[in-house]
Amino acid sequence: MRARPLLGSPFQILLLACSFALAAYAGVRLFAGDWRGVALWLVGAALLHDLVLLPLYALADRAVVRGLGAAGRRPWTMYVRVPAALSGLLLLVWFPLISGMVDRRYRSATGLSTDGFLARWLLITAVLFGGSALLLAVGGTPFGRRRERGKARSATKRRPPAVH
Amino acid sequence: MRIDDPRLPSSPGFWRSPLRGPRFTSVLGLVLLVGITLLFVTGLVSYAAYNPDLSPVNDQTPDKGILGFYLFAWPTDPHWLYRLTQGLHVTLGITLIPVLLAKLWSVVPRLFALPPARSLAHALERISLLLLVGGGLFEFTTGVLNVQLDYVFPGSFYPLHFYGAWVFFSAFVAHAVLKVPTAVRAVRERGREQGELVSPRPDAPTVSRRGALWFVGGASLLLLVTTVGQSIGGALRRTALLAPHGGADPGSGPNGFQINKTAAYAGIDAAETGAEAWRLVVTGRTGTVRLSRAQLLRMPLHSSALPIACVEGWSTADQWWRGVRLRDLAALVGHDGDPPDVFVESLQRHGAFRRAALRANQVADPRSLLALYVNGEDLSPDHGYPARIIVPAAPGVLNTKWVARLTFGDL
Repeated sequence: MRARPLLGSPFQILLLACSFALAAYAGVRLFAGDWRGVALWLVGAALLHDLVLLPLYALADRAVVRGLGAAGRRPWTMYVRVPAALSGLLLLVWFPLISGMVDRRYRSATGLSTDGFLARWLLITAVLFGGSALLLAVGGTPFGRRRERGKARSATKRRPPAVH
Repeated sequence: MRIDDPRLPSSPGFWRSPLRGPRFTSVLGLVLLVGITLLFVTGLVSYAAYNPDLSPVNDQTPDKGILGFYLFAWPTDPHWLYRLTQGLHVTLGITLIPVLLAKLWSVVPRLFALPPARSLAHALERISLLLLVGGGLFEFTTGVLNVQLDYVFPGSFYPLHFYGAWVFFSAFVAHAVLKVPTAVRAVRERGREQGELVSPRPDAPTVSRRGALWFVGGASLLLLVTTVGQSIGGALRRTALLAPHGGADPGSGPNGFQINKTAAYAGIDAAETGAEAWRLVVTGRTGTVRLSRAQLLRMPLHSSALPIACVEGWSTADQWWRGVRLRDLAALVGHDGDPPDVFVESLQRHGAFRRAALRANQVADPRSLLALYVNGEDLSPDHGYPARIIVPAAPGVLNTKWVARLTFGDL
């Protein structure tokens, strides 16, 4: 029993050993080809997300919150965050098509062109930000708690518009 | 600096969001539990739909070993089966991306937590989390890139996505077994939250937790409504604003529907498909016959309404195909009554599926055709002129275009 704190749950150890064995069975097949490339992609995906993408969007978000806070407009955060995040998400998912980087293959394979994707993404982005601005202008706050909603309104009334 | 210095990410005080906590993570985790299980199952189904155990030409993963334990003869009923399962696989995968990103955001403080391991079990769990996060992102990334024809990943998509799925799912199951009880408890519990995810010095909120969940759900909904139209087709295709096969059809008229690989892409030379040059070579028990398109047209012609459903998740509505039944062609070379498997070869110069095998149940189905017409007109070059295979519920690539040779017999 003295070893227990060092070992941890025996059930967890057995379960993970089973999981590793199955992962290794598939893993040797996954790594059978270009193993360096696959390892780079597997580990790189986790590192790129955790150490680059997440810190970048968290910092951008913090900058928006601080910036609006300094201007006395902290309750507006979601009006900026939502359209920016949705637009960014669409760009992230459909980047090969939106950027046109796959245009040649896409065109010759499907008979379609990537020309419209950038324009459509920009229009969606315009609608998202425009819609957010419209919601803000008519004074509704669909985000946040009701209590805050009251606060947000009175704060908006009290303060003059921010100068940028 | 001490390890609990709030300027360091290893300190709980570094993480300021008031949203983080067991409840937020658990809601997202439970959504992913259901969603990723569905993705895994529909993925395995798609793998089976290729009939990889039928012939080496259908098999992109010959070293699969026991991972093909569940394979079965892919049915031809209902005829929209692959449209549904693969549309679900791809659309759901894209829809879950915001949930996955939010889930990873909600637990990121754990990545930096010190000490690195409190026990052997904890150390193993953290290694398993690398497989879970790396494997999950690998699967989502390869899938998203493949549907956009961006083949930058290190190898062929099929083995990478298939074996990657097993690596990921191994870690996923272990994670689910270890965490589901905690997650269910966290979602049920009322009152003040505790735990290492809860920030000890939270910022003032800019959004409620409910609002944040709506935000994630809204992001998923946006991806869903701008994607799903490519799997429904008709007027709704235009609503798939950013999906690879959304928007306008490549052409108008009977042959205007979506194309997987054009004749130019496949390297089809018009000289080979002309009436003088092209002959269909059919081989079977009683020998070989060579048929011109005119001779095929004098055989009994039949119609069937069948979709094209691609592994990339998009599909078309039912098209009206007309041509010679595969089982009639089998009968022509000595396979009367009980048609066998068939080995199909295309004029195509390259591409993994220029040769494909169909199973006896697919050949026997009266709706399975060597199509010569679509929607009342000759096939266009991009849809496989002079003749193509069309089989109910089969993945698009097994509906071989520009067919040159059919070899009937047990494979």
